[in-house]
Amino acid sequence: MKIIEKEDFGNFVDKLIANDERDVVGVKSKDSKYVFDKLEKAEELELDYDVTILPPKKYFMPQRETLVEYETRDGIEMESVNEVIPRIIIGIHPYDLEAIKQMDKVFADSPEDYNYSEKRSKSILIGVNMKRTSEWSFAGSMGNATINDGYDLMLTDLGDKYAVEIGSSKGRELLDEEYFKMRDAEPEEIKEVQNIEENIENDFEKELDFSPKKLPWLLAQKYGDEDFWEENAEDCYSCGTCNIVCPTCYCFDVQDFNDISLEEGERMRQWDGCMLEAFAEVAGGENFREERAERYRHRYMRKGRYLYNRFGDIACVGCGRCSSQCVPDIADPTDIFNKLWRDKDE
Amino acid sequence: MNKKDSPYLPENATILNVETMAEREKLFEIELDSGEPLNHDPGQFVEVSLPGVGEAPISISSSPTKEGNSFELCIRKVGNVTNVIHTLEEGDKIGIRGPYGEGFPVEELKGHDVIFIAGGLGIAPLRSLINYTLDRREEFEDIKILYGCRKPCELLYEDEVEEWRGMSEIDYRETVDKCPDDVCWEGNVGVITTLIPGIDIDLENSYTVVCGPPIMYRFVLQELKEKKVPEERIYLSLERRMKCGVGKCGHCQINGKDGEFYVCQDGPVFNYDIVKDFEEAL
Repeated sequence: MKIIEKEDFGNFVDKLIANDERDVVGVKSKDSKYVFDKLEKAEELELDYDVTILPPKKYFMPQRETLVEYETRDGIEMESVNEVIPRIIIGIHPYDLEAIKQMDKVFADSPEDYNYSEKRSKSILIGVNMKRTSEWSFAGSMGNATINDGYDLMLTDLGDKYAVEIGSSKGRELLDEEYFKMRDAEPEEIKEVQNIEENIENDFEKELDFSPKKLPWLLAQKYGDEDFWEENAEDCYSCGTCNIVCPTCYCFDVQDFNDISLEEGERMRQWDGCMLEAFAEVAGGENFREERAERYRHRYMRKGRYLYNRFGDIACVGCGRCSSQCVPDIADPTDIFNKLWRDKDE
Repeated sequence: MNKKDSPYLPENATILNVETMAEREKLFEIELDSGEPLNHDPGQFVEVSLPGVGEAPISISSSPTKEGNSFELCIRKVGNVTNVIHTLEEGDKIGIRGPYGEGFPVEELKGHDVIFIAGGLGIAPLRSLINYTLDRREEFEDIKILYGCRKPCELLYEDEVEEWRGMSEIDYRETVDKCPDDVCWEGNVGVITTLIPGIDIDLENSYTVVCGPPIMYRFVLQELKEKKVPEERIYLSLERRMKCGVGKCGHCQINGKDGEFYVCQDGPVFNYDIVKDFEEAL
């Protein structure tokens, strides 16, 4: 573990902004909220924040991106496209790092999705331990208040200095830059970081009444309880906001966009959401999840069981973005999860 | 530019022939411009790609045993992409991705009776297997084909159906839901399930393969249940709107109490015993 004074860290970030060929992005305040955005100078960086509006997923799976360019003047010419902007991303909380780890598995699964994986592999992730938590977050219950891997560097705020844990060779290389002034951590500083990590676990207003490992089992039990899902989905607007803000939602739609010549254009993928009414509709008009309750249940089944069965992770990291953004306030996973636990059959 | 192969980049292909089969359906014979065969299994699908319009998942309608390197797609005019495909002619270019998915379990079916039950456009994916069994007739026991559509003018593959009618080595039966008074129709009138009681099914030695609209499955499965056909001897082909075909986009996932599937990877062909508890399947 290394130690860097905050002033020196600011200088380091400013030098990265000025000299590194990669884009430097980080958490900035926007009105009363926080966002990941490109940094013009280090002082814009806000490492003491609760949660960002959107997760950093947008840098690896943009809201809209070109997959294929085509031209139809003389027959068909198509070429795959991958617009990769290498980035240094500063200030990712542990739950978002966990989500990125999960997305890495999804897109690496055969056939590999290079549009994701090349953006991801050319980026540097600098995490930061939480100093405070969102009122909607339950990352502690999901085991994501802290994280031991998935970052290149991990910062912990120690007042006028940061402790820096090195997570990868890419992270180490970044520190080798001549303008990074640091020293080895003293034993008491290492202890301080451990204390901070232990304390944050218990600093969440929302929590699960049980271990999240039980979720696949609980969801299987509740799958057939139609009344339960109808009751909880009754006020759903089917707006898809919970999908859009989720760090582990990655479903997409693919559409072609012609330019004005109508003879060339781009095939783009854009974020889609399983809560939107037409998500499971087929061309003939049949909709396989026509009811709100079916879509609502689908989202939970997917987060808590399907992706777990396929990739081994509970695909809810506990960030609380879905519940914080839900207008009718029906998207709080702790509410549903704890009801599953309350209603369980032994 | 991406130097690695993107799973989203289609291959170029050329339409060799277009045959109008019914008011809404045309049969397209297609060859990859690489000259390579598609190398598909009966029951698999491809993503048909029209740059500027989009992609649509379409089941492959020809058998891999067909001569030559081309393959066939029977396409109903029912959405943005398929409406434009219907305007294409011989020599026009399209893009193809695939083949994708799990097709029919051909090896498992060999040495057994095979009963095909097709409703409407459901004949399109089944034809890939029907023609396979006819081309390798000696590898299968009795073959029965039950084919139903709404009215006589909606019957697809008319020339082939005419051959099936005359074939002594298979048992072919057909029905229409309704026949207008001014149309000559010598076959049965009634929904597809009315054909099922009349056939003998060797329960020990048969596989039944079903494809049609969701409503048809419900009634056909009920009828097969009454015949005591074992559930694990029934295969279905399900329709979903696969946007990517490679298990990423999420559109074709179906859930059940005991698990979940991606239709583009685990299907589109499923064993009924496995999907019967999946209420979202139909």
